[in-house]
Amino acid sequence: MPESIELRVNRKPITVPSGATVAVAVAMAGSRCRRSVTGELRSPFCGMGICFECRVTVDGKAHRLSCQILCQSGMEVSVDD
Amino acid sequence: MTKNLRRSVDVLVVGGGPAGMAASVAAAECGLRVGLVDDNPSLGGQIWRGETSSDGARWAERSRSVGVEALCGTRVFHHPASGVLLAEREEDVYELSFQKLVLATGARERFLPFPGWTLPNVMGAGGLEAMVKCGLPIAGKRVVVAGTGPLLVAVAAALRKHGATVVAICEQASWTSLVRFGGALLAESHKLSQAISLRRQLAGVRFLTSCWPLEAQGQEKLEAVVISRCERVVCDYLACGFHLVPNTELAQLLGCQIRDGYVQVDEFQETSLAGVLCAGEPTGIGGLELSLIEGQIAGLAAAGRKQEAVRHFKQRKKLQGFARVLHRAFSLRPELKTLARPETIVCRCEDVPQRRLAAHKSWRAAKLQTRCGMGPCQGRICGPATEFLFHWKPDSVRPPIFPAQFAHMAWMASSPESEPQAGGGNS
Repeated sequence: MPESIELRVNRKPITVPSGATVAVAVAMAGSRCRRSVTGELRSPFCGMGICFECRVTVDGKAHRLSCQILCQSGMEVSVDD
Repeated sequence: MTKNLRRSVDVLVVGGGPAGMAASVAAAECGLRVGLVDDNPSLGGQIWRGETSSDGARWAERSRSVGVEALCGTRVFHHPASGVLLAEREEDVYELSFQKLVLATGARERFLPFPGWTLPNVMGAGGLEAMVKCGLPIAGKRVVVAGTGPLLVAVAAALRKHGATVVAICEQASWTSLVRFGGALLAESHKLSQAISLRRQLAGVRFLTSCWPLEAQGQEKLEAVVISRCERVVCDYLACGFHLVPNTELAQLLGCQIRDGYVQVDEFQETSLAGVLCAGEPTGIGGLELSLIEGQIAGLAAAGRKQEAVRHFKQRKKLQGFARVLHRAFSLRPELKTLARPETIVCRCEDVPQRRLAAHKSWRAAKLQTRCGMGPCQGRICGPATEFLFHWKPDSVRPPIFPAQFAHMAWMASSPESEPQAGGGNS
């Protein structure tokens, strides 16, 4: 298994350690995950697939829980600005 | 394209933490075909997440060697008929049939709303630890750990090991409560040595009792926490949790009897439904060792080896005594009910503030009028909070118990109707 993985968060290249979740990649890219229904910026909260705050779009699929998905090389992640 | 996959096993275990791993290994060692389903990328649950040289790794190895069929990254969302669960894994939907079912769905942290708790970098205590185990760089970051329960010191020690500066640990329980808790630890040499080791790892860290967060402050992310000693502590992360609440949604969907929030089980970990067993935190918050013992009892009982299960009863009884001590020591103080201000968001999915909820008399009325609890977490976060704040009791659970993809919901609708007795198969 490679030691690090390259992927993109809102088109920005980011390198994460192997085994990192998408939530970690988003944090390392300096981004938040989503905007709430009233427009507040939110980032992961429960860290274990319960709270749904960490929803992002992964390879075009919306509402994926970034805290439960492992990063893969070439993944395209998009988050709310 | 959605694939529809079928698996049929003798014993299906839901939840791959300590209780679920112990149950599946015990049943598989009896020669049964065992399936283990978990929504995380790998087995181990929250406590053993990402660990490669621990008891968790040893249990995972045992699980592989006895042929447990593990389905990770797979989330159970419906129970369409007796002896069948539906689960989804990315694009695929699984129809899992079983003779016996063991629920080992674990627990989540209880979160209480306070001003600023929705700011980025305010996280669950276990949540931040989980992120760090998954690679979040924490070295040199300032962290305040706050809330209640033995998890706080464990999290603080783990974060410090990864290079974080733990600025303070704020425990809402009083010093007297903790001393009493320490007294109970004396009877448990294993737990006592764990506690002493944690204390050593946290040497020099400020540990404040009868102390809790009043407000998290920051613009676009957390910058500081005001704690109940009216002190403003500058930090990068707040790791905050108020002990644990059991994940009982699947047990409720099946129709298992629940009392005081916990799944009712008999001495063999059997629920009120024939063929459905439950082990670990959903039956009472008791920690790792109790979960392992209950899991083994459930696995053996599911395999019909009750005589062997009986051998674990004595140890379980001892550990259950510890669970009761835990519950008393970290009960929540009433002051915490006043932390949320009228404008503080209580339901994070639907951004419902405290003032809109305070006008209602029940969870159901609040849901109908404000959408509180109707977002994707389905009340898993705001439900326990409103139970504490307003004494509301949650509604019955309806399928799907987790948001599922539309294609999978359509598949759910085409499945046979549930039967009133939602137990195991024909065994």
